[in-house]
Amino acid sequence: MTTLPTTAPQSTTAKSDPIPDRYLYGVMAEFTTPAQIMKAAEKVRDAGYRWWDCHTPFPVHGLDKAMGIKPTILPILAFLGGLTGVVLGLLLEVFTNATGFEFWLVVPIRGYEFLVSGKPFHSYPAFIPVIFELTILMAASAVFFGMLIFNKLPTFYHPVFKSQRFSRVTDDRFFLVIESRDPKFSRQKTRALLEELDPVSMEELES
Amino acid sequence: MSTIVVDNTFDDPLRRAPLVLNHDRFDTVTEEVCRVNEEPHPPLAWYITFGISIFLFGILGVMVLYLLVTGVGVWGNNAPVMWGFPIVNFVFWVGIGHAGTLISAILFLFRQKWRTAINRFAEAMTIFAVMCAGLFPAIHVGRIWVIWWVFPIPNQMAMWPQFRSPLLWDVFAVSAYFTVSLLFWYMGMIPDLATLRDRAKTKLKAISYGIFALGWRGSNRHWHRYERAYLLLAALATPLVLSVHSVVSFDFAVSQLPGWHTTIFPPYFVAGAIFGGFAMVVTLAIPARQLWGLKNFITMRHLENMNKIILVTGSMVGFAYMMELFIAWYSGAMYEWFAFRNRMFGQHAWAYWIMIFCNMVAPQLFWSKKCRTNILIMFFVVMCVNVGMWFERFVIVLSLEMDFLPSSWGYYSPTWVDMLTLLGSFGMFLTLFLLFIRFLPVIAMAEVKAIMPQADPHHGHHDDDDDHHHDVEKAEVKS
Repeated sequence: MTTLPTTAPQSTTAKSDPIPDRYLYGVMAEFTTPAQIMKAAEKVRDAGYRWWDCHTPFPVHGLDKAMGIKPTILPILAFLGGLTGVVLGLLLEVFTNATGFEFWLVVPIRGYEFLVSGKPFHSYPAFIPVIFELTILMAASAVFFGMLIFNKLPTFYHPVFKSQRFSRVTDDRFFLVIESRDPKFSRQKTRALLEELDPVSMEELES
Repeated sequence: MSTIVVDNTFDDPLRRAPLVLNHDRFDTVTEEVCRVNEEPHPPLAWYITFGISIFLFGILGVMVLYLLVTGVGVWGNNAPVMWGFPIVNFVFWVGIGHAGTLISAILFLFRQKWRTAINRFAEAMTIFAVMCAGLFPAIHVGRIWVIWWVFPIPNQMAMWPQFRSPLLWDVFAVSAYFTVSLLFWYMGMIPDLATLRDRAKTKLKAISYGIFALGWRGSNRHWHRYERAYLLLAALATPLVLSVHSVVSFDFAVSQLPGWHTTIFPPYFVAGAIFGGFAMVVTLAIPARQLWGLKNFITMRHLENMNKIILVTGSMVGFAYMMELFIAWYSGAMYEWFAFRNRMFGQHAWAYWIMIFCNMVAPQLFWSKKCRTNILIMFFVVMCVNVGMWFERFVIVLSLEMDFLPSSWGYYSPTWVDMLTLLGSFGMFLTLFLLFIRFLPVIAMAEVKAIMPQADPHHGHHDDDDDHHHDVEKAEVKS
């Protein structure tokens, strides 16, 4: 494990050649406490940056607000997934158990008019459990896969992974990255802004 | 990490009990949890139990093979008792799974922060228990090569499953439950797999953890959607878990047999499932926290909380036993009353009284705080519950022995194949569980860190006017 640097903020890229502007992904600052990253996020948000992100080992309470993140549309997706489940379950049961309707999909599919103990073909109360389970299954799958898709995961390569220090993001460190594609980004000004926030380290990332 | 014994089981509501002991930094938490996976050799006890479990797992394989080659005649199932051990084991294992979902979903919705230390391995337990459960109905069908008939797959016979049958509902309920639990478990594990990836010393480890970590980089934009997804999954898993064991109880309750055809079954089964599941969580937690030194996370307070849930659900189950007995008598239905008299004084009365002692009497010890916080007594009670909950299903299924017609009465006794299959299923469960402890993050590190007082951005600003944070406990424990 790396030991904590005891000195004031320092640039780790100073030793190597500076990254040319067009290969610069962004500038990354490292913090040690949730309070610091919170303050930093508020500052960066107020400075008007748009292409930037915080990286934390756990969700920091209130950081969404400090960053000004819009609420996700996942709940709507969950609802749509659930709705798909209801419709799918109902069609499946009505079609296969209650109708003799012949239908071509890839193979001929024909329902089975299952007459048991004189019960009606459309036995809706008995159809509920399967519809219910499919609703939950579809909604949960929509949430899980929706979360991955919106987050663009899996993404096995990312410029932040090039940094040695960044491996502590899943341990105990908090990082703030401002990307070079941000319209307000300027190598000097952005660095100066981050320096002000008193990070333990700062480095430039190569894309 | 030095361990200073701290009593966090106090009942003073004005003080917030620390949930993580002896840690006031995040990196020590990571270190201590990852040590379980990173130490070069697990404890000797791991090798011994793993050896035994994998041997039993092998026995399970042999028994299943013997069954498939020979036929279900190798079991004790007979004409009145068509459902013997397989259904008993199925309901037992499905029930065990429920505690995992209760901890991960329902306690999450109720904002019970202590769940974070135990949710990961309780969820793992759920997954493995449901796998064991799924085995039994699958091999019970007799002709396993046509098991696909239970799924609605278009076929040349134009034949579809019967959607009015509770057994078919079970197929959907258990499959949905397994899938959702797996998604929930895996999603919760992504940040922790990333931790293991970032700490990996070898290329192989970095790549294998890396693939499953999906390139997680702790981005707060990701965390935002992740947390919302977690909440949604919890909200979806809550009705799911209640529905699954209700559907399992329909297997019995929808039939028209005395002792089975009662409306109390769904709630009684759900309470029993949570009861039995928590007992299994405690059974696994006690040795795990001892062997891998996880006492700072799975503290006495966690065990005590679980014991309280065992007491509550155990009392619900006891109430249900008494109530179904009372209704059997009070209803005046002679067959129903006959079935219950048989349970109490019939050929398998011993099973009934084991069930009553283990599920109703033994957990009452937990009214006393001394018993709730004593490892030995706790272990005794939860082992009683594990046994008792198995016998509960045995007693219910054996109502089949004597139904309406004396000419069709019979006696059920399991064969050696039944016994070894049950034993083998424990082998399968423990094998999977031990592999999980060795290779996957046992404690939800990201979640545990998030509930530490240090994770609050306002931590340390106690003196200002921001008084809604005054209850956050200062890191009073130094190590």
